[in-house]
Amino acid sequence: MNRACKHLIALALVAMSPITRAEMAYVTNEKDNNLSVIDMDSLTVVDTIPVGQRPRGILLSKDHSRLYICASDSDTVQVFDLKAGKIVDTLPSGEDPEQFALHPDNKHLYIANENDAVVTVVNVDSKVVEAQIDVGVEPEGMAVSPDGRWAVATSETSSMLHWIDTASYKITKNFVVDQRPRHVEFSKDGKTLWASSEIGGTVTIVDTDALKEIKKLSFHIRGVNPDKIQPVGIALTSDGRYAFVALGPANHVAVVDARTYEVLDYLLVGKRVWHMAFNHDESELLTTNGVSGDVSVIDVNALKVTKSIKVGRYPWGVVVVPDA
Amino acid sequence: MRPVHYWHCFVGIQTREWLRFWQQRTRFASALVRPLLWLVVFAAGFRAALGVSIIPPYQTYITYETYIVPGLCGMIVLFNSMQGALSMVYDRELGSMRVLLMSPLPRPFLLVTKLLAMGVVSIGQVYIFLLVARLFDVEPPAWGYLAVFPALLMAALMLGALGLLIATWVKQLENFAGVMNFVIFPMFFLSSALYPLWKMQEAGPWLYWLCQLNPFTHAVEAIRFSLYLQWNGTAVGITGAVTLVLAALATAGFRPQRTRILGARPANG
Repeated sequence: MNRACKHLIALALVAMSPITRAEMAYVTNEKDNNLSVIDMDSLTVVDTIPVGQRPRGILLSKDHSRLYICASDSDTVQVFDLKAGKIVDTLPSGEDPEQFALHPDNKHLYIANENDAVVTVVNVDSKVVEAQIDVGVEPEGMAVSPDGRWAVATSETSSMLHWIDTASYKITKNFVVDQRPRHVEFSKDGKTLWASSEIGGTVTIVDTDALKEIKKLSFHIRGVNPDKIQPVGIALTSDGRYAFVALGPANHVAVVDARTYEVLDYLLVGKRVWHMAFNHDESELLTTNGVSGDVSVIDVNALKVTKSIKVGRYPWGVVVVPDA
Repeated sequence: MRPVHYWHCFVGIQTREWLRFWQQRTRFASALVRPLLWLVVFAAGFRAALGVSIIPPYQTYITYETYIVPGLCGMIVLFNSMQGALSMVYDRELGSMRVLLMSPLPRPFLLVTKLLAMGVVSIGQVYIFLLVARLFDVEPPAWGYLAVFPALLMAALMLGALGLLIATWVKQLENFAGVMNFVIFPMFFLSSALYPLWKMQEAGPWLYWLCQLNPFTHAVEAIRFSLYLQWNGTAVGITGAVTLVLAALATAGFRPQRTRILGARPANG
């Protein structure tokens, strides 16, 4: 087959394929009550969508069809349909939802209710609250293990990780970590859990089989006061190579070798870096920088910050929706 | 005169400048110490570990070290061009400059070629400095090293022409110290080399306008933008225009018999 012929076939295949939507990042702007939509090709804000009061946690459903948004001051979780491009539903969430996690069954949403010291489990299909589990004071971080067995909530004031058995909705173990645990993240293989302690300035890595601490990470940046180093968001690559830890008002993201637990580098981003999300192939990591009101883009392979994009006021959470 | 003669002359002056560089390599090495001190000591003391706000051409937050590197490249060119241009005037009665001026080729061509040759040598120093700066995590894009060359050359030509003009017209500035205090330092400090111009604006509008009127600011910005592969038409336009005007004035005004060093015997007298 000659080259011209091949080109023609390629062209025909492209023409026949359905119109694709580019990869987009959705950022919750806590003070603007809206979402900023970032085109991941051009790395520019292409849309701003109004949502409920004080949007914080944001999640993508497992089938990539909808977004769940914690509208904290509206005391609800909003459901955003990606195809329709608008809020289509709300879910009961308990008071002041901030962080939440979706069970691998794509059905059960685990929501931390900071003011009530409970975790609310909502069935997203029936919109029914299936359980409310008492946990420590000021629950904040929330994660469900990849195998769906565990839901872990962190309580900021009690400084504990609460291991909830998802079959019985009972707490199996309380695990004390350093002061003010803010966020928890399971490794993709489910073997470890990473928990950040904001005031303690550490990240605790827990073996999920033995429920024992494997390692505690601490961070030191030359020229930055240790008080400013406040770990919050954590992002782990699927291949188990890197862990990224957002260090809040230290304006840096720590890069950790997820195998040796060695801190490799600190990357300078915007002010008060909070949460992070990868793009679909994990070549880029986005960070929300609350005080400077922007999103920084980290090249994961080069471990360099390539761009910071202005979004709304106090960006809090971010999620990347792959090409449709 | 045919083009080939111009070419021979050009190559000759260029070669001679590199030979001089090689013979005086310790002097050139010591010229690198100055910008390195600024980078390592001054910038470190500045403690901007939490980052400098985003300003074009930078796409994200940068350290202060990253900010001042283009300014320090400008500094290398500034010192070398001034020193070189002054020596062109004061050395002309002795040695090589005199031989050069005896050439039948037009004097403006000789002078501009000489300024260019000096510029190319100082650009060599700039590249060495940029390589050292990489050790301090100042890593512009790879193509930026190529793109910055014309901006550096233009800056070198502009500053060389300025030096020549000063040396020809201002008789009081016999020594380099005078030029340093009255020309080099004000030019360097009243520019965007050390602080972004918005900071100067905060300090006072007149300071900001002095910086804006300083051609060195625009040369530094042209270097900064091209190093990060971005186009800054204003900076390039102003630097280019000032270069043309200064080069025209300097070559037209270059009269070997006009000035003389105190105590030295004039060539024709």
